[in-house]
Amino acid sequence: MLRKLLIGTMLASSLVGYAATSFAAGGSVEVLHWWTSGGEAAALDVLKKKLESQGITWKDMPVAGGGGEQAMTALRARVTAGDPPTAVQALGFDITDWAKQGVVGDLGEVADKEGWDKVIPTALQNFAKYDGKWIAAPVNVHSTNWVWISKKALDAAGGKEPTNWDEFVAMLDKMKANGITPLAHGGQAWQDATLFDAVVLGLGTDFYKAAFIDLDPAALGGDKMVEAFDRMKKLRSYVDDDFSGRDWNLASAMVIQGKAGAQMMGDWAKGEFLKAGQKPGTDFVCIRFPGTQGAVTFNSDMFMMFKVGDDKKAAQLQMASDIESPDFQSSFNVVKGSVPARTDVPDTAFDDCGKKGIKDLAEANSSGKLFGSMAHGYAVPAAIKNAIYDVVTRHFNGDVDSKEAAKELVDAVAAAKG
Amino acid sequence: MTQTQAEIAPALARTRRAPRETLQELLPKIVLAPSFALILVFVYGFIVFTGFLSFSGSKLLPDFSTWVGFDNYVRLFRHPNWIVSLKNLAIFSVLYIVICSVIGLALAIFLDQKIRGEGLLRPIYLYPMALSFIVTGVAWKWFLDPGIGLEHAMHELGWDSFSFRWIKQGDMAIYTIVIAAIWQSSGFVMAMFLAGLRGVDNEIIKAAQIDGASTLTIYRRIIIPLMRPVFLSAFVVLAHLAIKSYDLVVAMTDGGPGTATWTPALFMTKFTFGRNEMGMGAASAIIMLMMIFAIIVPYLYSELGQKK
Repeated sequence: MLRKLLIGTMLASSLVGYAATSFAAGGSVEVLHWWTSGGEAAALDVLKKKLESQGITWKDMPVAGGGGEQAMTALRARVTAGDPPTAVQALGFDITDWAKQGVVGDLGEVADKEGWDKVIPTALQNFAKYDGKWIAAPVNVHSTNWVWISKKALDAAGGKEPTNWDEFVAMLDKMKANGITPLAHGGQAWQDATLFDAVVLGLGTDFYKAAFIDLDPAALGGDKMVEAFDRMKKLRSYVDDDFSGRDWNLASAMVIQGKAGAQMMGDWAKGEFLKAGQKPGTDFVCIRFPGTQGAVTFNSDMFMMFKVGDDKKAAQLQMASDIESPDFQSSFNVVKGSVPARTDVPDTAFDDCGKKGIKDLAEANSSGKLFGSMAHGYAVPAAIKNAIYDVVTRHFNGDVDSKEAAKELVDAVAAAKG
Repeated sequence: MTQTQAEIAPALARTRRAPRETLQELLPKIVLAPSFALILVFVYGFIVFTGFLSFSGSKLLPDFSTWVGFDNYVRLFRHPNWIVSLKNLAIFSVLYIVICSVIGLALAIFLDQKIRGEGLLRPIYLYPMALSFIVTGVAWKWFLDPGIGLEHAMHELGWDSFSFRWIKQGDMAIYTIVIAAIWQSSGFVMAMFLAGLRGVDNEIIKAAQIDGASTLTIYRRIIIPLMRPVFLSAFVVLAHLAIKSYDLVVAMTDGGPGTATWTPALFMTKFTFGRNEMGMGAASAIIMLMMIFAIIVPYLYSELGQKK
């Protein structure tokens, strides 16, 4: 019995060794992620099944908590112990920060073979590559400057989709008069910042770039920023009083149930509408935040690959290759609500909002109006992002006025750069 | 000559001693050694480690290649969130300690009146302590939420003008955390005081009664002054709970609305793990440690001093 077991183990390990040289099946991947909620877990299952069909074992390491703060804490411990997972779900500047520590792997082999450079938008490459090397595989692109409007509430408010700020305010006023909460919103720092992203982008793409990408103090503290804060104050007046601490999906539920008119949220909100059996176009409407059509603020989920031993390398490369395969990009993103991270994936399987998302992304990419989202860690590193959060959320909760907020923004960013 | 003899004698005695005796002498040390080593490394070692971190330019991971002196401390005390945290700590700890002690003492005195059913009442008051602060926090969050909790229930009952929305108001939210914390800890303080009350010598009380002192006077002039050590213990336990207050805040408001209910412990975790500012996080941890020292050291000093 024991001998049989020994022989079996030897056979298996030699097989793995053989497979590793052939760059195909065998081995295992350990994946650290925070996709634990219903729709997200279902989307991730697509990848898991695909890998398992290729004979690669999937070792799941979920660390719950939207935004991945807990996951990053778990990762710190693993990396410090010298035993990082194969792949880690990560966002924006976190990837760059880890790359600076010299612990990430190199996907060059598979990226060159499959020509990632040509099909993945440059704005994404800035994060997925470090020092010219591919270190992460982008899974999707979420854009954050969406507004989700209940069709019924919109019809009751005149039925016209707003295309600029004034029309948007007029629509919200009518919704208020109709006796519903015009804007469903949850009072958490990142949600406040998501609103702020859209508002700043609505005041001009150049302004967004100067303020959040270049961190130009003149833009951060200027009159336009004061106006942006004034608009935030205006938006606050359309939010109900119990918003503090509410999760984003509960805000979506308010729109679905008809208690609220609209929600400003990234396209992950679409999943909530679809799960409730609503159809784009007939039950709800998706538009870009009024005044930002043509521009896109994105965030992108990526799997950052860590330096692993040779025995695991083949499985890691296979996983990266699977993530970027067009059929996976399509099937995953249909479930997740986002759009593919490569621009050459056909949009046939997507619904109307998804098709619009794909079209907008390609358009923004070619016109240079595709920007990283500040609220979601794709414009500035975590320390500066959170410094901006502090000011935005304090202003949104009425602790400081708009002029003071703009001034504080300059100071906070300067201090966080420090 | 005599010297060498004196040296040899105990040495001979040692070798002659039975191995069992030697083992007996060594056993306590052997048993204590692992825990001593563990505490030395994992408590004091890491305190020193954190101290070093607070002077380094660590961001994402510990990094001892750049030293920034007191820069982290300067940035810490210039940060508005830290100032808010300190203010909240002051409000929270003063109210928490004072109100908990008052309620705990009152409950203990009432229970001490040889009433029937004490065996039933005592665990009822003590029970909240068995819950974790997370459970308390979530329960109170729902209870105080205007949309689903107390206010909603009052409206359902027909009292439409009732309004209690502190948890959603930046200037009042910290007091809701005080309320929840007091609910959690008062029973525990009661148990401490009750033990203290039971420890007071009956002879003294009887003597006072014979002298014609009223119950109120007996408590005010004799029993409560005799319980000084219990007050001190209660204060130390409550004070360090207040400085460490983290789980309750996370569960109830997670620092919100805005940054209104940040506390130093929340600041430490958010900066160290959320904002990749490990140096500043370590600096805030050191400041918290110093606050706890400021409470514990005089306590230990007075305790040890009394034994002399």
